[in-house]
Amino acid sequence: MRLRLLPQDTSWDFFSRARLWLGISGVLVVVAFISFVVQGLNYGIDFAGGTTIRAESSEPIDVGAYRSALQPLELGDITITEVFDPTFGPDENVVSIAIQAQEGMESVTAETIEEVRTVLQEVAPDIEFTAVESVGPTVSGELIQTAILAVLLAIGAVLIYIWLRFEWQFALGAVLALVHDVVLTLGIFSELQIRFDLAIIAALLTIVGYSLNDTVVVFDRVRENLRRYKSKSLREVMNLSINETLSRTFMTSLTTLLALISLFVLGGDVIRGFVFAMIWGVIVGTYSSIFVASTVLVVLGVKRDWSKESQTPKAGTQIDSEA
Amino acid sequence: MLYIPLWRRILIWAVVAVGLLLALPNLFYSRVEVSNDAAQAIESGLTNEELQAQEGRWPSFLPDGLVNLGLDLRGGAHLLAEVQVEDVYERRMDSLWPEVRDALAAERDTVGFVTREQSEPDVLRVRISEADGVDRALEIVRGLARPVVSLTGAGAMDLAVSADGQVLTVRLSEAEQVALDDRTVRQALEIIRRRIDEVGTREPSIQRQGEDRILIQVPGVGSAQELKDIIGTTAQLTFRPVVQAFAEADTDVGSGEELLPFPSQGDEAYALVEQAPVVSGEDLVDAQPTFDQNNRPAVNFRFNPQGARAFGDYTAANVGAPFAIVLDDEVISAPRINEAIRGGNGIITGDFTVEESTDLAVLLRAGALPAELTFLEERTIGPELGQDSIDAGTVACIVAFAAVMIFMVLSYGLFGVFADIALLINVGLIFGLLSLIGATLTLPGIAGIVLTIGMAVDANVLVFERIREELKSAKGPSRAIAQGYEKALSAIVDANITTFMTAVILFAMGSGPVRGFAITLGLGILTSVFTALFVTRVMIVIWYDRRRPKTIEV
Repeated sequence: MRLRLLPQDTSWDFFSRARLWLGISGVLVVVAFISFVVQGLNYGIDFAGGTTIRAESSEPIDVGAYRSALQPLELGDITITEVFDPTFGPDENVVSIAIQAQEGMESVTAETIEEVRTVLQEVAPDIEFTAVESVGPTVSGELIQTAILAVLLAIGAVLIYIWLRFEWQFALGAVLALVHDVVLTLGIFSELQIRFDLAIIAALLTIVGYSLNDTVVVFDRVRENLRRYKSKSLREVMNLSINETLSRTFMTSLTTLLALISLFVLGGDVIRGFVFAMIWGVIVGTYSSIFVASTVLVVLGVKRDWSKESQTPKAGTQIDSEA
Repeated sequence: MLYIPLWRRILIWAVVAVGLLLALPNLFYSRVEVSNDAAQAIESGLTNEELQAQEGRWPSFLPDGLVNLGLDLRGGAHLLAEVQVEDVYERRMDSLWPEVRDALAAERDTVGFVTREQSEPDVLRVRISEADGVDRALEIVRGLARPVVSLTGAGAMDLAVSADGQVLTVRLSEAEQVALDDRTVRQALEIIRRRIDEVGTREPSIQRQGEDRILIQVPGVGSAQELKDIIGTTAQLTFRPVVQAFAEADTDVGSGEELLPFPSQGDEAYALVEQAPVVSGEDLVDAQPTFDQNNRPAVNFRFNPQGARAFGDYTAANVGAPFAIVLDDEVISAPRINEAIRGGNGIITGDFTVEESTDLAVLLRAGALPAELTFLEERTIGPELGQDSIDAGTVACIVAFAAVMIFMVLSYGLFGVFADIALLINVGLIFGLLSLIGATLTLPGIAGIVLTIGMAVDANVLVFERIREELKSAKGPSRAIAQGYEKALSAIVDANITTFMTAVILFAMGSGPVRGFAITLGLGILTSVFTALFVTRVMIVIWYDRRRPKTIEV
């Protein structure tokens, strides 16, 4: 007896509500975009500049007392958050202190760190700084540029690759799905105000890669079926292809999610934001490869003269197994 | 149809075996690390029984490459420094001024009196009193220019001279600026490396980043500040003419002169010295602690030919006068020149203890940084936090593994077991490759491995699902398996190439931890495609050949 996530043979119609799905996605993208514009992202020091101190004490953290202790130092905006994690021991109380970039200075001076340590030791004598990170405004500005460039490059590279391997309609569908995923991820980070740092960019690019992986598998089947069923309409072929690959799509998404969820729960708080982005990305990416990428393809239509091509195969449109 | 030639089977298993063997040392991380350190110590000449015993803890016939742990896992300090290359322009202009002055003074009849004008630090402005002499003056100053020493700037001269009325403006030509920037950054890099090596920490990484930046990552250092102290942000060594050796805080300072503290002569002691150095620390090639003829601790030093010439000329012309050795804007000693020092060898005597002379020699040998550093980014990660991350990452990996493996067996039965074995091999191969190329594992890198565990089964899933489909169209098992692999191939290739492209972009554009993630993700894609297309396939074929089942269930 095998575990089956789905019935043996599905023949669901994924496009009967194509407009609805596109509509929902469209609305979500707009909402995410508005949130991004209005609320902005909660930039970590990688992008905003400034200093974060991660401190540990055996005594319970009193955020208010910390705040009033730091007040006289006049360091500008200070954010103090207690960090909770199931992997912490009973006496492990962790707090994260973010200090804004100081006017006219690249990175925070050792004296400032010492001052902070001294005043905090009055509140919690055994406090220890387990990590201190400081990024100057020059670098943070560049990091933003590089990050944006990296995401754009990735999307551009994908556009070209799929265009070469398939047709431009496929490429457009895949890229729209990617943009959809990236915008929704930015949206949720803005909506929940989760700290957005350099690692999240890595997560974004991985989401691009993952979502694409899913889309390409569906498209690959579409290409194969378009050759095989010449009389079927594009919509029928698309539906057939998605149904055929559906069980694989679910299997892979599920195994990936299983791995990510264990990392989310057990992997510690340092990378939790990063893992959250990827979990979100896997879900959105799976959704978008069916409901955005494929729907766009159905709307755009594809030229069907694959038969001509199969006689003179273009490099890359057919790959023969070696063995 | 399912036949795989023997040589290919052997090749596949050989690759797996080599990969796993390379990964093996990582299972005994601390033991191998101790052994490697001992081996290195023995190689560098040290040897004692303890080291021998330590080295023996890991057999020498096994590979001993380890995955480097990133700062976020091991703890340590990270600094991104920007070299203030403009400092060097300024110094060049300061040292050019006497040269220009002397050259023009030789033609006083045509150019008249020469005075230096106030200017931006990176240019030299010179006023001459005879308006008619401008052309001649331009010619003379241009004659001082030398060809640029670099590959790209070949043919260009190092100075750009222009005239505006009676004022000549001298600046470094663009080709020279580029060449000089490059030299300065390389020199700073080398000096930082030497200083960190003198402290003897493990696996420091000191890399040039972009035009004028240096990234310094040193594991095991307590804080970024400690690292900054080691590097020393302003150590600047110069040899300068002394105007007045024993000066007071309120001594009059003439133009081109500077009043500097002289701590060895007392708290309130100062020396008045010229701003333009005769020779600077860049020209120093060696310094050793030694004793002078009266058996007092001293430091012996040697200049490169350029420095030797300048120093020789100066000392010959100034026998009997004192000169100052200035370090970090402090006069450390102002010895009298007893005779011309030719050949570039000299000795610094002062009121040193043996220890002080040794320290000074180290400081001189390590050289002064050619320019100041500004720190753009500083990170300190405590070792406990790193250990916590490793522990959490390990647990997460194991749980992720178990969950995915159980899930695969439940879904695909025996084929799931094959995929699971391949998955184990896959993670082994990732570690093997990481050790082989000496890559650095970071916390996001661990996340990359966990993600790979989830995604690695994808290629297998694609194949198995395809085999299921082929079985539905009532083909025999052998044909279904072969077709499954054949038809899934294009999807596997396309899907993985696109993911691989994003990993490459991440690697190219990311830094530090993100790069670590890109590496494990990229390697994970390679190994997972290999294990899915070859390893599971060999396992399935071997199983099929033995059993010859009439029907199979996937």
